[in-house]
Parts: sequence; structure tokens; C-alpha cells
Amino acid sequence: MSRIQSTFSRLRASGRKALIPYLTAGDPDLSTTLGLMHALVANGADIIELGFPFSDPSSDGPVIQRAVERALARKTRLRDVLDVVKQFRSTNQDTPVVLMGYLNPVECMGYERFAQAAVDAGVDGVLIVDMPPEEAEEPKRALRAVGLDLIFLVAPTTNPERMTAICGESSGYVYYVSLKGVTGASHLDITSVEESLAKLRRHTDLPIGVGFGIRDGESAARIASVADAVVVGSALVSRIAELKPEVSYSSDQLIEQTSIIAGMRAAMDAVQTA
Amino acid sequence: MSEIAKGARDYDYPDNRGHFGPYGGIFVGETLMPALEELNRQYARLKQDPAFWAEFDYDLAHYVGRPSPLYFAERLTKKLGGAQIYLKREDLNHTGAHKVNNTIGQALLARAMGKTRIIAETGAGQHGVATATVAARLGLECHVYMGTDDIQRQSANVFRMKMLGANVVGVDSGSRTLKDAMNEALRDWATNVDNTYYIIGTVAGPHPYPMLVRDFQAVIGREVKQQAMKMVGRLPDSLVACVGGGSNAIGLFYPFIGDEGVRMIGVEAGGLGLDTGKHAAPLSANCSAGVLHGNRTYLMNDEDGQISDTHSVSAGLDYPGVGPEHAWLKDIKRAEYTAVTDDEALAAFRMLTRTEGIIPALESSHAVAYAIKAAPTLPQDHIMVVNLSGRGDKDLHTVANIDGIKL
Repeated sequence: MSRIQSTFSRLRASGRKALIPYLTAGDPDLSTTLGLMHALVANGADIIELGFPFSDPSSDGPVIQRAVERALARKTRLRDVLDVVKQFRSTNQDTPVVLMGYLNPVECMGYERFAQAAVDAGVDGVLIVDMPPEEAEEPKRALRAVGLDLIFLVAPTTNPERMTAICGESSGYVYYVSLKGVTGASHLDITSVEESLAKLRRHTDLPIGVGFGIRDGESAARIASVADAVVVGSALVSRIAELKPEVSYSSDQLIEQTSIIAGMRAAMDAVQTA
Repeated sequence: MSEIAKGARDYDYPDNRGHFGPYGGIFVGETLMPALEELNRQYARLKQDPAFWAEFDYDLAHYVGRPSPLYFAERLTKKLGGAQIYLKREDLNHTGAHKVNNTIGQALLARAMGKTRIIAETGAGQHGVATATVAARLGLECHVYMGTDDIQRQSANVFRMKMLGANVVGVDSGSRTLKDAMNEALRDWATNVDNTYYIIGTVAGPHPYPMLVRDFQAVIGREVKQQAMKMVGRLPDSLVACVGGGSNAIGLFYPFIGDEGVRMIGVEAGGLGLDTGKHAAPLSANCSAGVLHGNRTYLMNDEDGQISDTHSVSAGLDYPGVGPEHAWLKDIKRAEYTAVTDDEALAAFRMLTRTEGIIPALESSHAVAYAIKAAPTLPQDHIMVVNLSGRGDKDLHTVANIDGIKL
């Protein structure tokens, strides 16, 4: 059983939902990224989505755009991001790590080389925002050959026909984009998410994670009541933006800086056990 | 018959998923996938509808002023002493460039799809102006994304767009040029996909854009074919056009792809020189393939796949990618691609102005610069058609600045 599968089944057994924070690797620098990953686990994260930077993040809102610009200003490369995962794995063998980003850096490294390097580093899954299943033949082969999960997006605009196809290609979990827009948008409509998830469930038995626009304990808890996992990106990244590069932060400092995750964890668990 | 000629004769691209060989395709976030499928369906339907094309032709004739003339540049030809140079006068179109051919077509699509809001990206501002123009004509809300660096160097066009009622949105991320404007337009589209039509200005972006923009621009090459037959009694020997994204070039080339004897030369922005890295010429510099803005194509990027900053004196060519069909035409050797530098383009700008009384856009000046270099090496019976894709009024500030003159 993969690390992602066992994480979901463990949570299911205890009646809890997964909390998946997203952070951009290299913001403010790679050594703090490593510290932040451990801090997120301490704050109750179940899976970590680690963004690898791309110069043209056309699906992201301003908060993540700026994070990516900071990471690239320090020349964060895809192979450096894989190194961080490797370091994380040396002390944490339990928390799944999903790499998230855009296709070009992966294509540039070469799909087979990327897949092997990712699995060697201890990555569990890959989510490529600008790669729909129709264009995924080659990367899919390379990632499956080494046992990595490939996670695809479903959006509010996705029709039932596409839902079937996307769910058929996904493994690990399915990522439902909660709104029409970019990451960090502010118009989350939880009622419409509920309706969409009910439809999506007819197409898959995979766990469903929901992201985009979830910014506090209340929205996290409401999403957790209908989804299997809650993904938090911009709300966390805007806190990480306050950190400075080339500063050695203690783990307590990083736990404190990312306490929004602990708050969401508590709010989600309160609803589950209520 | 050579392999190349056979390939050209059987040329039938893109495939039904938008691929030109390994290039093109659809690489966008899932939110936009259904919108692109819908656009593809609607276009496939309208493409078969004679009434759609009749309206397109009517607008091109009565609103744009087509056909644009094919003009024999007699003094320039004499001065260069070689090939006969003919200019396809897209600069005489309403709004001053070829861009309007495409915006007329896409506006008809937007109306047929019931969209009430138009967005566009622009570099030099010509596509922005052409979009704002058709939006004004149809009474549609219009937002144009433009890099803040480009807003600086193309202030006249910014004012024109505002006069036409468009909201010009400055884009301050990345390199603050065309590519960043395109990122921001894609973000807007994902947010407002229900009521918004995105008019892409070049033959790039996700399928079906490279195909439909080509189809709308192909009027250029069709007219040249007829005009050349009438003026010289045969097809031209070579076609020359500047290539940024490549819409004016594909518009000129496409109807000639099956005509074996016609050479096609795309001229990219060589900036400060291909060896300096400060250029916008992914084809001429033999860059590798990558994925940006929804399609796979030749791309200027570093060894980690980050898109490189580009440089060109001409905002309209200042783009790190190129339309996927050009990538394919290069690979199958049906078209040739080369680059001229900023300085060569500026010299051509001045020479055409002084010898023919035509002030070309800095983009089009790249094609003219190639003609100036190549014509003297060619026989006097060689017929060369240069696409004069736009006029240079918008560039007077840039050229004055370079000359140290304050307007």
C-alpha cells in the first residue's frame, strides 16, 4: 500500500479528514523549506504538497506568484527541491509528499529521469497543473513505472464525461478545484462545492481533496465535512512570506509561523468528532 | 518529388487534438479545458457555415478595407539591385496592422457563443487596439492585459485602447512584457470563464487558437496569390514575414504551403545578437522544445526549464516562444527561419521610410531588414513578397528615444 493510501485509510479508520498544506519550495530559502515541512507535520498536516517553482505560473494568484518569484530569485531548481524531499525523508518516513507545479521544468529534466529522481528522493505523488490527462501519455508511463501517484484536477467547469476520464487516470487522490479562478481567490461557495462533490463521488472511489480559496478554520471545517482532504495554499504561503532568507529559524518559530494549520486541524477535528 | 515537397502537398495540420507533429496541443489547468473544447466545437460548426464566412468577408471588405494592396517597391528594388520587392500592405488595414483580421473573426465567434465580455493580451498594443476596436463595434466589455514595460514603450496605443473604451490592465509580474500579459489573461479567463471570450492575438496558446487564428489570417496569403498572378502572372519566388508568435507570417505562408517552388522565410527578433542571449528568436537559435501558454513549441528557457527573459527593440516580437505550426514548418523544412538584430531592423525602418515613403512598424522592419540583406544576392527576376504587417506610427517614440530626440 502506498504512503498516500495508508494515510487515507488510517484517517478514515479514526473518522478524520486529511489536511494538506501547500508551500513553495525555496521560499524564503531551501533550508527553511525543510524546517517548514517538519513544522507543518507538527501542526497536524497529513500530506504535504510541495510546489516546485516555474517562471510562468498561469493558474496561480498573486500570493503564490510572489512566492515563486522569491524562490526563483534564489535560483531554486527542480533537483534542489528533490534534495529537500530526500532530507525530509531522512527523519520522516510517514508523511506523503506530493510535488506540485507546471510541466516545463519536468519536461526539461526528462520524464524518466524526473520519475526516478523523485521516487529515489521519497516523493509519493505528482500533480502537474497544466497537464490534462489528454497530454499525459509519456509522463504517465514514466511515473507509473516507478510507482508514483499521478493526481489530476477536476474543476467546477468539468462535465461528467471528463470527470469519468480524469478519475480513471488518477491515483492517490483526486484534487477538486473549489472555484473558477486562480489559487488564493476569495469567492469560495461551499454549497456549490458540496453539490459538485456529490456528483464527483459517482465517478470515483478515490479520496477527494478540495483546494483553492480555503483560508481559515471555518472554511476548512465546512469543506472537511464533505471532502476527504482539505488543501490550503495561499493562506499559508502568505504567512511564510513574512520569513526572511538566510535566517536560521528554530522549529518552534516555524511551528508558530504556520500555526494557521494547527487552527485548521483543530476546527476540522472538532467537526469530525462532534 | 522530394520528401519535403510531398510533405507539403499532403500537409494537413493540426490533428483533431491540435498537434502539429510533436508541437501544439492543449496544456492548461482543468478549469479551462471545457471552455477550449466548447470553442473547438463552435468553431468546427461555424467553419462549415457559409454565412459565417460571408459575414467575415463583408467585415474585412467594408470595415477593415481589404483587400490590402500588393505594392511594388520600385525605388527600394532599384537601390538594392537584385530581387523585385513587393510589399503586402497590411499596414493600410483599419487600426494599422494585420491583427484586425483575427479580431474580426474571433469577435464573430464570441458573438455566436453568446459571450458578453472580451479579454486579450497585447505586446506592442496592436492586438489590444484591434481587440478594443471590435469590442467597441459590438458593444462588448473589453479588458486588455499589457506588461508595464510595454505600457511604457507603447503609450500611444495604450491611449488608443482607452479611447476605444477598453480597460487596460498593467501586468507587473515576471518580465512585465507579452508573456506575462498572457499569463494574466489566462488567469482572468479561468476566473470569468462563463461570460468571457479570450481573443488570443497570435498563433500560439492552446488548441484551437493556433488553428483558428491562422485560418483568419490566411486571407493575407490568399490575396497575395491572386494579386501576384494579376501583377506578375505567376506565384512569388519567396515570402518574407517577421515572426514573434507568428500570426502575420502564418497568414502569408499558409495558402502557399502546397506550392513547392515558393520559399518561405520567417524573420525573428535577433535583438542584440543571437550569441548574446539577448534576443527573442527561439527558432533561429535552435532552442529546445518546451511547454508554455498552453502549447508545446520551441522555447527560450534555461537548463531548469524556467522561461528566459527576452529582448527585442520591438515589443510585438518580444516573446520567448513561437506558434507551434512554425516549429513544425521548421522541422519539416518547409519554411526557413532566421533573425535580424535590433540595429538591422532600425536601419530597415529608416531605409523604407526614405525610399518608399512608408513608415513600417518595428516588427515589420525585421522582415524588411531581411529583404535588404537578401535581395542583392538574388537574380532580378526573383519575386519577393514582404509582409508589411503594420505601420510604424506607434513606434515613433521608441525611434525618437533611440535618436535622443524628445517628442
